Amino acid sequence: MTVLTLIEHQDGRADELSLQALALARTLGETEGLLVGPGAGEAAAELGAHGVRTAHVAEDDRLSAYAPGGWARCVTDAIERTGATAVVAAGTNRGNEVMAHVAARLDLPFAANCSKAADDGTVTRVRWGGSLLEEARVHGEPLLLTVAPHTVQAAAVNGGEAGVQRFEPGLDEADLAVQVAEHVETVTAGVSLAEAKVVISGGRGVGSAEGFAILEELAGLLDAAVGCSRVVTSAGWRPHTDQVGQTGTKVSPDLYIACGISGATQHIAGCKGAKKILAINSDAEAPILASADYAVIGDLTEIVPAITEELRKTR
Amino acid sequence: MRILVCVKRVPLTGGRMVLTADEQAIETRHLGFTISPHEECGVEEAVRIVEQHGGEVVVLTLGPPEAEEQLRDMLAVGADRAVLLTNDSGEEWDPQATASAIVAAIEADGEDFDLIVFGNESADSGGFQVGIRVAHALERPIVTGLKGLSIEDGKARCEQEVTGGRDVYLVPLPAVVSVLEGINLPRYPSVPAKLRARQKPVDKTTPERPEPKLEMLRLVVPPGQGKQAEVLGHGAEAAPAVVEMMREIGVTR
Repeated sequence: MTVLTLIEHQDGRADELSLQALALARTLGETEGLLVGPGAGEAAAELGAHGVRTAHVAEDDRLSAYAPGGWARCVTDAIERTGATAVVAAGTNRGNEVMAHVAARLDLPFAANCSKAADDGTVTRVRWGGSLLEEARVHGEPLLLTVAPHTVQAAAVNGGEAGVQRFEPGLDEADLAVQVAEHVETVTAGVSLAEAKVVISGGRGVGSAEGFAILEELAGLLDAAVGCSRVVTSAGWRPHTDQVGQTGTKVSPDLYIACGISGATQHIAGCKGAKKILAINSDAEAPILASADYAVIGDLTEIVPAITEELRKTR
Repeated sequence: MRILVCVKRVPLTGGRMVLTADEQAIETRHLGFTISPHEECGVEEAVRIVEQHGGEVVVLTLGPPEAEEQLRDMLAVGADRAVLLTNDSGEEWDPQATASAIVAAIEADGEDFDLIVFGNESADSGGFQVGIRVAHALERPIVTGLKGLSIEDGKARCEQEVTGGRDVYLVPLPAVVSVLEGINLPRYPSVPAKLRARQKPVDKTTPERPEPKLEMLRLVVPPGQGKQAEVLGHGAEAAPAVVEMMREIGVTR
């Protein structure tokens, strides 16, 4: 069984989530890689260490800016080149988008965000942003799936060097009808939610817009971004762009501090990518505690300033 | 502008997932229902565009007869009429079947839509594909995961949040888009609007469910749920323990 894995990459290196996808792909059969876009050649060479026999690099100058249809064309061409019986990508925005395009074009089912898969087409996939799992059977070949982020561990194997094969995908105009036309750099005062190493979020328990001042102060000391739950944006305390949740912004910091957040599944799904979660809550029975690594019980208006003070003192 | 917004009725799950005995669904006897938050944003976005450019907003769902409730909610926040594709059996429709039913409903509706809006994924099954399949079947461009949308000179300017900024796409209408929560802050319905919503038309049809190609076998509550947080302390006295933890995991400067 040949398994084709779409590898996303940046600055000539494969993305961590794509290496996780490769780890799942290896359980299905012999893996071959597919890379698209600038820097693909460099990233391809390293993939041998992750068990890739052959890395196919799609080359066309028109693919320098991301175009979902163009990437989908590279995948369908690579399926023909390799005779792949399964295609795997990372469950990222782009991974899911490209695979859905591939599935639509081939009129095949597609299982998004799987944590397990077997070569008979049975998969386990995540629902509700990870709060629930589904065992499913995919009826169609090739088997199309993406791998839910952080459900599978990336691991190097003794693979030697990957052979790199360059090819020119048969792009047509329609494949490039949707393409990034412009990239606008965000000018923000602080750190962005998606990239921050620490995110401090406030919920209903913060009590008011002014109540966020103590979170902002602590954030300043930790280079943290400040987020919030849905109740907070609905109440107008914080801009809706700051909202962390399953269908909004998903964050994956080293530490997520949830202040006065009860922990609805919709919110948990947005922050479960965090390596560690600290819940500060007056209710020791709050659902958030079932998803947190650490907890401090009590009044956040006392606890948060005390942490700020302790950090200043011990610096 | 004629805009179609596709939404999905989902349970308000709260903190913990409980399954039915046959493991085919979430136990919803004690739960309320809603549509996914980002789909509310999709309706809001459509209503704002029509307020600015004129036109009509139609909301569509595939769901049980009770999903009419969610359609009425959307009629109360500014949609003009609704289409309910009734799923009587209660069995889940897979993404391919859902997309086909939506495409058939769009074709049956006669007049064409300039813009079709989806949530980026359904909150419950998270398939990430129905909008893309519909766009493909209608041979229209689709841009997904939007945090910004404006209509200028017959084109949709679509903005995605990416590392370090925003990617901008310009696509000609008619087009399909999918949105994320945070693109806007949906309005609340007024009481008169709720009353008016009762009078607005809801067109109902019952499509036939094809055999699923992505066949759900059973649901499982993941073992990770119910993990026990380590309590670092109570009140302000916990501060030293918190800072020590921060140093251990290396997040202090």
